[in-house]
Amino acid sequence: MPLLEVQQLSIAFQQYTKGSRQQMVTVMEELDLAINEGEIVAVVGASGSGKSLLAHAIMGILPANAYISGSIRYNGEQLDEAKLKSLRGSEIALVPQSVSYLNPLIRVGKQLQTNKDSIEQHSERKGLFERFRLGEHVARLFPFQLSGGMARKVLVSTAALSRTRLIIADEPTPGMHPDDVAEALKQFKQLAAEGCAVLLITHDIEAAIRIADKVAVCYAGSIIEIAPASDFSGAGNELRHPYSQALWRALPQNGFIPISGTQPSMGLGLQGCLFADRCNRAVDACKVSRQESRQIRSGIVRCMHAT
Amino acid sequence: MLQRLAVFTGKKIIRLFLLLATVSIITFALVAMSPIDPVQSYIGADVMRVGTEQRAEIAAYWGLDKPFAERFIKWAGAMLQGDMGTSMIYRESVTKIIAERFIHSALLMAFAWSLSGVIGFAAGVVAALKRGSWIDRAITSYCYTLASTPAFWVGLLLMMVFAVWLGWLPIGLGVPAGMLAGTVTAADYIKHMILPGVTLSVVGIAPIALHTRQKLIEVMDSDYILFARARGESGASLFFRHALRNIALPAITLQFASFGELFGGAVLAEQVFSYPGLGQATVEAGLRGDVPLLMGLVLCSTLFVFTGNALADFFYQMVDPRLRLQKEAQR
Amino acid sequence: MNRTSTLYHDRRHRRWNERSRTFISAILALILLASIGIGSWLLGSSGLSVQLENRNLAPSFLHLFGTDWLGRDMLSRTVKGLWLSIRVGLLGAACSVIIAAAMGLMAATLGQTADRIISWLIDVFLSVPHLVMLILIAFVCGGGLKGIAIGIMLTHWPSLARIIRAEALQLMSTDYVLVARKLGSSRFTIAMRHLAPHLLPQLLVGLLVLFPHAVLHEAAITFLGLGMSPHQPAIGIILSESMRYLSTGMWWLAVFPGLGLLLTVRAFDKLGNHLRQLVDPRHTHL
Repeated sequence: MPLLEVQQLSIAFQQYTKGSRQQMVTVMEELDLAINEGEIVAVVGASGSGKSLLAHAIMGILPANAYISGSIRYNGEQLDEAKLKSLRGSEIALVPQSVSYLNPLIRVGKQLQTNKDSIEQHSERKGLFERFRLGEHVARLFPFQLSGGMARKVLVSTAALSRTRLIIADEPTPGMHPDDVAEALKQFKQLAAEGCAVLLITHDIEAAIRIADKVAVCYAGSIIEIAPASDFSGAGNELRHPYSQALWRALPQNGFIPISGTQPSMGLGLQGCLFADRCNRAVDACKVSRQESRQIRSGIVRCMHAT
Repeated sequence: MLQRLAVFTGKKIIRLFLLLATVSIITFALVAMSPIDPVQSYIGADVMRVGTEQRAEIAAYWGLDKPFAERFIKWAGAMLQGDMGTSMIYRESVTKIIAERFIHSALLMAFAWSLSGVIGFAAGVVAALKRGSWIDRAITSYCYTLASTPAFWVGLLLMMVFAVWLGWLPIGLGVPAGMLAGTVTAADYIKHMILPGVTLSVVGIAPIALHTRQKLIEVMDSDYILFARARGESGASLFFRHALRNIALPAITLQFASFGELFGGAVLAEQVFSYPGLGQATVEAGLRGDVPLLMGLVLCSTLFVFTGNALADFFYQMVDPRLRLQKEAQR
Repeated sequence: MNRTSTLYHDRRHRRWNERSRTFISAILALILLASIGIGSWLLGSSGLSVQLENRNLAPSFLHLFGTDWLGRDMLSRTVKGLWLSIRVGLLGAACSVIIAAAMGLMAATLGQTADRIISWLIDVFLSVPHLVMLILIAFVCGGGLKGIAIGIMLTHWPSLARIIRAEALQLMSTDYVLVARKLGSSRFTIAMRHLAPHLLPQLLVGLLVLFPHAVLHEAAITFLGLGMSPHQPAIGIILSESMRYLSTGMWWLAVFPGLGLLLTVRAFDKLGNHLRQLVDPRHTHL
């Protein structure tokens, strides 16, 4: 049984259209994802594909005008508000994107302690600072005084407590020095080795495949393919979905072939496969109906052409 | 830290001096342009008994026959020596009148200021934390209503209810009428201060409460509260540990920056309750054309507002770590 | 939709959204304004005449707001007083907005020195309490309607001017203005053709925000006795007169005129707030 299981998750926002009329705009549709203990699943995709929303939806911290449907199960149980309340910060931890997620007016050390901490966690946090090679003085700094790399380590350290079972890391590596990236990835790898499930949300495919077991490719608010990380190799022929292949081949070391066109916005109420406009294998059937997820070669894909 | 404080104070004093100079020039020019004859307002009801010659003498005594620039320089020179002239209606030195009345007003304003600050802040916090609930709606509609209520009308209503109908508190004045100065007790002073003070603070609650509510809602929607929630913080601990200090600073700043409205409110409240403070003196001076007193009061209220703004600035620059430490780092 | 994010307040059940609320409050404010104006015109001056046989009547069907110590109908006096206050307030606020726009545009287009002088002027005007300034100006003008109107005009512009200046300066650094300057457009052309149209919404909101303040200050200054002659039925004068009769238990003299003023100010304050929220991009989709 997976530790976290997301089924048919849809997220919609309420927005003004014209005058005083309001409309629901769907930004994520029927997303399925599962993650086991000790496993690292990376969610990759271009910005605007809805990756961060997935993290916020699991944590139950979406903004006020968002409505979600579908089911999120944790440890086999429905993850409802009451359950989340007890799990947030203890068993489920979020590693946020940037230093703006720290309160600018509170010193770092003081800020990291929560009311769910006992003496044990208190000393554990101190140990973590050493483990991440953060000096003792860092705890006395204000967030704006942290350098980019320091800030990242501080943020990762919030999740690295031993009680954590599921880590959701939202873009943990951008703007980092390559050594720091390697260091951060090593930390996640080690956390997974200790039995944590790690959901790594990133647009950096290289970083993702270096540590992830499975990679989920997100496009325009839905996951179009979930593949073992090993499939991302060579010319990408092991990949199932045309978009995954295109994404892989767009990387500098794999040919640097750009994908023409732009990602559609989810609000448009498009019919059929969302990638159809940009896909060179698209046929008429692609533009009529949305593809259901299919299991192919130990992966999942939403494409009729996949083999 | 001390050095920075000295620099801060020095800058502020220079600014204050420039400000007071500008205000004096503008005020003096305005008064000089006025069609009102200061001699006439000095003579007042004795108009029948004063002849043309005496008028000229009075004008000469006040220096009114001299050109504008000369009068201003003379006035400013005396002003720099702490002599603001003699009040025409009270026939006493302006400095003395202002000093006496300032004590009354300062007590009144300090009482109202702290009361409205504490209640307003608490109300704003409750409203923001219970956003959308009936209590939030009650607090915000109270605030919006009070923001559009004339302060003097609130004073009238309070006077009607508590002084006239219930008879709990005196109708007006600073001390009981007809009592010797020596026999007035502290309790008498306080009793006479309650109604004008409450009037002032009832009106003063609205801005601080609405501002605090707005700020706290912003803070509660911020990334760092999101992250604190994601780490399992909730309820009172979330507020006290992660949000309180982010809203306390703007609230204190706002409260200090509101000295202008406070003074304006005091003018009205003092007028309603015939409370012998600066505000009432301002109205008297304006009504009866007492130019020296009015000038003195304009400068005094400017100084008062400036002090509030300087304190607000001080809190903002000295307490907020982002500004404080960044400046130190630049050095 | 079986699970919503309950960490946040659920706004789905609000019947009116921000835009329709703005529309409704605009209609209500206009109806109020029209009924005061028309009422003041219809009531004529009959209600204001002294009728000693009707002195000191408590509110009744004949005299909804009661009568005063001279037998004058309080409803007529209140409506007339409100209409006077509204007109003075509107005049003062409109002039303030014009001054603010002129100052803001001048600060942004006439170069550094002008900007410094105007910013300093704004600071100076903001550092004297409004009411003290009003008393001074009313005194200098020798009282009367003129004094109040000029006073309100001169005291309310600085805060708006500061906003306009900041926005105009921001517009000055946009590409199309930079191009226009390179092409040799005069400062006046830039201010009028390129800046002013963008500032129009701000000015409209400014007018609606300043107007309630102006009305309140008008009432305050007449209440203090520095405004109009006692024969003019201004709200401030009515209230200051009522003060003398409070101890006789004639509550209606103070309650109704004040309530009328409160409602008027509140209606426009609400309208101004709604509009300001709509103009503010942070609130666009609530």
